[in-house]
Amino acid sequence: MSDEPIISIRGLRKIYHVGEVDVPALRGVDLDVQRGEFVSIVGPSGSGKSTLFYIVGGLTPPTAGSIRIAGQDLAGMTDAERTELRKTSLGFVFQKYNLLPTLTARDNIEIARHIAHKNGKPDPAFEDVLKLLGLSGRLNHRPNALSGGEQQRVAIARAIVNQPAIVLADEPTGNLDTENSNTVLGLLRDLNERTGQTILMITHNPEAAAYGHRLVRMRDGRIE
Amino acid sequence: MINKLVFENLKHRPIRTLLSIFAISIQVTMVLTLVGLSKGMLNDQTRRARGVGADILIRPPGGAIISSGGQMLAKIIPAIIDRQPHVKVASGTLLYGTDLFNYVTGIDLATFDQLNGGFRFVRGGPFQHPDDVMVDQLYASQHKLRVGDTANIMNHAWRVSGIYEPGMLARVVVPLATLQDLTGNTGKVSTVYVKVDDPSQTEAVIAELTKQLTAYKVYSMEDYTSLFSPANVPMLPQFIGVVIGLGVLVGFLVVFLSMYTAVLERTREIGVLKALGASPGYILNILLRETTLLAIGGSVLGIALAYVTRFAIARLVPGSLIQDIVYVWWPIAAGLAIVGALLGAVYPGLKAARQDAIEALAYE
Repeated sequence: MSDEPIISIRGLRKIYHVGEVDVPALRGVDLDVQRGEFVSIVGPSGSGKSTLFYIVGGLTPPTAGSIRIAGQDLAGMTDAERTELRKTSLGFVFQKYNLLPTLTARDNIEIARHIAHKNGKPDPAFEDVLKLLGLSGRLNHRPNALSGGEQQRVAIARAIVNQPAIVLADEPTGNLDTENSNTVLGLLRDLNERTGQTILMITHNPEAAAYGHRLVRMRDGRIE
Repeated sequence: MINKLVFENLKHRPIRTLLSIFAISIQVTMVLTLVGLSKGMLNDQTRRARGVGADILIRPPGGAIISSGGQMLAKIIPAIIDRQPHVKVASGTLLYGTDLFNYVTGIDLATFDQLNGGFRFVRGGPFQHPDDVMVDQLYASQHKLRVGDTANIMNHAWRVSGIYEPGMLARVVVPLATLQDLTGNTGKVSTVYVKVDDPSQTEAVIAELTKQLTAYKVYSMEDYTSLFSPANVPMLPQFIGVVIGLGVLVGFLVVFLSMYTAVLERTREIGVLKALGASPGYILNILLRETTLLAIGGSVLGIALAYVTRFAIARLVPGSLIQDIVYVWWPIAAGLAIVGALLGAVYPGLKAARQDAIEALAYE
């Protein structure tokens, strides 16, 4: 069981229907990611890496092929089952942070727990993570009072608060300067080492990609 | 947590929130004011009818229970009514509507005064001349009339002979004969008030009068005033129904537009919530709670505004309109506001709940 990849993808295809035109975004992707692995996926725009991110994240179904996340077959799941999977097994970090602007940093983290029906106090270990993220003093601020780096650290905290098996990061440093990028990437690697969470990170940036254990290159909807 | 998000969302756009609450409150005020006016004016009519001091009231054949419609001949008074045992006095009055809310009442002062001892004058006194008019304090205050002034009513110049305490029959009273001539109703009255010498004989007198005046409506004053309810006023229940319908429509449209804009504006946030694992029901729940809060806010403000309309009516047209505060309608008006608002939130809510997460996350 422990040897089974946490993400197992075979022959994955995705075709978007744009008007009357079919646009293939993924043309047969095979990929295995082991539990606790930090994988960077790089590739130019249009290579299909975002589509792969959305399918692995359960945000859209594939057109063909198989994809298993933590032993569950994603291809045959209903919308409700994929919602459940996102709630329990996946955490997202986006390029634009995507914090809810009306809530404080603390509440942005709390709402992820609320959606997952975890209403008690967070795991004490999570307090250590908050310290590691350097957020302890900024939790009562709203996103508009936080720097980009701070917002992304809050987004990371939100992504891991429910201890998902997999954290998906889509260009997490895309909007950050070099110093903040290094901080965020260092944090992702630290979290991966401390908690053993699997991380799948999409990036344009080769320096960012170098933080992962393994680099996967994509081009024209395929893995090179 | 969800309540906090709802509350923060409403706080985030204070102008939109306040405008929505205000628009919903107009619906609530509209309903409460209309119901309050119906109730207030009917209660006032009841008080004034009781103030006459009669025991029995006779209305002409046909026409609604509460209206000025239908005239009957004054000659039935001496011919039939006065002849009944125990009838102390019978006095005919003629009611003439000058507009939707105002009436002029013609009375025969000699018999009318015997019903309960006459008007209690604040200033001036009873008619001296055929063209004299007596008005109550509310009418005098609304029309800024003093004793001796000339009042133009029904295109006729009247001299104000006296101003009396409100609560007696009508707000504007003129000599019966003058009104009969002016309105082409010579010899006719629209209501006959009867006083009996012994109240225990009222039912017996009513029974006898009913037997003799078969086409007429004979009521005890108690029964008559109990008929003063909105259901007995022609078209009033329908009118209230139309206003309620309009109110619900206003609430629906306001919330529809407000929530539709909110959903568009929060497209990206909805995508984030979906990515976090929020179900369509969770997202719908947020919007419905927001809507319910807006409707509750609108209801509270609407109730407060009903007090403002009552104050304004009492200050500006005390002689024409009276608005009561009808507490029993508070939950009804609030319920209607909530229903209208929730209906308005259904489409935007479903749109949000069905939003494609990827498109929502890509929304700029």
